[in-house]
Amino acid sequence: MKTPLLQFTKKGIYCKEADVYLDPWRPVDKALITHGHADHSRWGHKQYITYNKNVPIIKHRLGDINVSGVDHNESILVNNVKFSFHPAGHIPGSSQIRVEHKGEVWVFTGDYKTEDDGISTPFQPIECNTFITECTFGLPAFKWIPQDQVMNDINQWWAENKADGQTSIVFAYSLGKAQRVLKHLDPSIGKIYTHGAIENMTNVLRELIDFPETELITKDTKKEAIKGSLVLAPPSAHGSTWIRKVVPYVTASASGWMTFRGARRRRAIDKGFVLSDHCDWNGLLESIEATGAEKVICTHGYTDIFSRYLKTLGYDARTEETQYEGEVPEGEIAKNDLLNVD
Amino acid sequence: MKKQGGMAIFAALIKTLDSTNKTNLKVKALASYFKSATDEDKVWTIAILSHRRPPRPINTKLLREWASELANIPLWLFEESYHIVGDLAETIALVVPNAIEETPKSLTDFLQEMIWLKKQEENEKKYYLFKNWSKLDYYQRFVFTKLITGGFRIGVSQKLMTRALSQATGIDEDILAFKLMGNWDPNKISYQELILEENEADYLSKPYPFYLAYAVESEVKDLGDVTDWYVEHKWDGIRSQVIVRKDELFVWSRGEELVTDKYPEFAAFIKTLPSGTVLDGELLPYPNRQIGTFNDLQTRIGRKNVSKKLLETTPVILKAYDLLEWDGVDIRDRPFSERREKLEALYAKVKSADLPLHLSEKMEFNSWGEVEKERALSREKRSEGLMLKRKESPYLVGRKKGDWWKWKVDPLTIDGVLTYAMRGHGRRSNLFTDYTFGLWNQDKTELVTFAKAYSGLTDKEFKEVDAWIKKNTLERFGPVRSVTPHHVFEIAFEGIALSKRHKSGIATRFPRILRWRKDKKIEEANTLEDLKSLIPNKE
Repeated sequence: MKTPLLQFTKKGIYCKEADVYLDPWRPVDKALITHGHADHSRWGHKQYITYNKNVPIIKHRLGDINVSGVDHNESILVNNVKFSFHPAGHIPGSSQIRVEHKGEVWVFTGDYKTEDDGISTPFQPIECNTFITECTFGLPAFKWIPQDQVMNDINQWWAENKADGQTSIVFAYSLGKAQRVLKHLDPSIGKIYTHGAIENMTNVLRELIDFPETELITKDTKKEAIKGSLVLAPPSAHGSTWIRKVVPYVTASASGWMTFRGARRRRAIDKGFVLSDHCDWNGLLESIEATGAEKVICTHGYTDIFSRYLKTLGYDARTEETQYEGEVPEGEIAKNDLLNVD
Repeated sequence: MKKQGGMAIFAALIKTLDSTNKTNLKVKALASYFKSATDEDKVWTIAILSHRRPPRPINTKLLREWASELANIPLWLFEESYHIVGDLAETIALVVPNAIEETPKSLTDFLQEMIWLKKQEENEKKYYLFKNWSKLDYYQRFVFTKLITGGFRIGVSQKLMTRALSQATGIDEDILAFKLMGNWDPNKISYQELILEENEADYLSKPYPFYLAYAVESEVKDLGDVTDWYVEHKWDGIRSQVIVRKDELFVWSRGEELVTDKYPEFAAFIKTLPSGTVLDGELLPYPNRQIGTFNDLQTRIGRKNVSKKLLETTPVILKAYDLLEWDGVDIRDRPFSERREKLEALYAKVKSADLPLHLSEKMEFNSWGEVEKERALSREKRSEGLMLKRKESPYLVGRKKGDWWKWKVDPLTIDGVLTYAMRGHGRRSNLFTDYTFGLWNQDKTELVTFAKAYSGLTDKEFKEVDAWIKKNTLERFGPVRSVTPHHVFEIAFEGIALSKRHKSGIATRFPRILRWRKDKKIEEANTLEDLKSLIPNKE
């Protein structure tokens, strides 16, 4: 049997023909990186190659690394294997990676979503033979509400809180979700404040994207000034002493997990907005169909259930273990809020 | 603003109640609902929140099949989704195609339809469900399905609902509580009859607030002179107040729930106890004229209609320990010794009548050491430990420190290995928090399941175990996962008995996780033999 074009090894997804890894989780010589979340772009590789708009993001996150950028749809050849990056729509700078060798095409999605969020280059399905897909929300219970409707709800919630003399805190990951929410906030309601982790990342992205004005909360920020404003903070700030500055406040989380009533209650958060940077059930199924792939490999999320269903639809589907964080949203968030689980 | 239908208003109320953990916000939302909803809908809302829904019109098997059909997914995929979502009505509302319509119909309309639906043929039921599932918007679809499947777990007790109703109507809470008791049919009674009309009898039933004890905090000898104290066993039943006034009997449980109808044995008190008597005591099972276990009592709790057979196999008694009202006079401010004397005199007078009434034995000791010896006998006497009551104490309101203390026996504990896990429900849905534990067989080759537990860890620990389970799953059986035996937990439980129904041959009472023994390897966990050795006076 011939070696498959991409293999799942202890270090990550490996292309033997080119001696290259995709989003490896252990240090390697040459790594192709889909996007800037911590479970996909890790420390310690000798060489990073990624989409050029992702370069400043991972440099900000990983510091002094050896990284080169390529444009979307631009091919690079490594030992006769053709690699190219294509929009994944997940977060700013995110890509899928297409791998072609001797007429065979594989696509690795990293993380992706089908809805245009207004800050990431929208997802484009790429024709392939084998499609390696995430399925974080691979259950028919997940159906996203259109973004403008969710953002209307968020803005309305903010306005109501302000009228009640309360500050609105939205917990969102510092890379991706925070900027997505920020982009669509209505600055006519009030001022937008940020936590340091979000302010820094947003400033990196301001080079590429136009955002409403924000102000970092520092020790000199006056408590009275914050009252009635909207504060963007990473989930780890929930329950920290930092938050005392913002009293009186109401909290919200914007995540796909907020679909479940139980999840909202468990997090002791006042309000849950269903807003995800991953595909919902239909998004996954439509994307897979659009690639025309015969083989589908499910990497993280509800992999067993989702691949079983794909088989009933006639796909040659299977699951592979990776270290991308799909099913552990509750446990992992506290450790690293850059780690994208949603 | 357009006028909303009653169902839309009710769904919005449920959504508000469901999205806050704050009791005062819940009461506020309910009170404002009770001020604005129609009288008809109010009666139904009260009925639903006090567990008086119409019988389920469609069984859940059909609901699951039809939901998966409408969602166009295989049944197994629906079932998998249900295991993860953790709530049937929520799963159905999530998987069927979305709609946006807001119904103009009232809550009463829907409930009357459900009563009608129960008698219909299967195809009629299916048509009705499909029509509503594909029309209602997400939250109304969820509430609609909940009305079919069963209780709303939204943290609204009958007491909380009664408080809100009291705020909305200005009627005293205790009176409302009484008005809402017993068998009334929401389909037949009006709001006027149920809530607003004055009723002499309302005042007759009023119980006194229970006096509750704290657990002993330090050494019992710090409580002072032992001769100042009466000691009783702490019985493991239902704390109850029995009221006889004007030829009527009222039995209240500690949850301030009127349970008179559930325990017809006590009807005999009406003729034998003088009018104006209020007893405080423990309601206990008494099979074969012996105090039974809490398990025995469980067959009686929750039954509204008690069969003759059940009355014979599991009768109940009241083990009385205090007298709160005598001859129609509130005597709670009298010293316990005096109340107790009156109680004993009353008991002496009626005891020949063979009533389901016992006295909780009052004990006096000469040293705290003797008290401690008595405490050690608790398990044999089927009690949970001791109650210490100061002879001079008045009967106070609520949980107060100083005069009454409970001194429970220490729980039994054993170290078990985590073997299976299941997702929790409600706020724990999608988290693995329901665990099964095993103990080693004789030659330490196999772990035999002995207990399930889902409480005792902090949220943080649950998260940690959950993450570990997801990475160390061996096999999946529907919602259950077997995991690599690796973690040892110290399991505490209150009682233990031989059992034929359990694989291990042993039943434990109220098992819960005491602590996560990260310091222990699975080889160091206990064996079934160790567990058996804890059974008191084995037959």
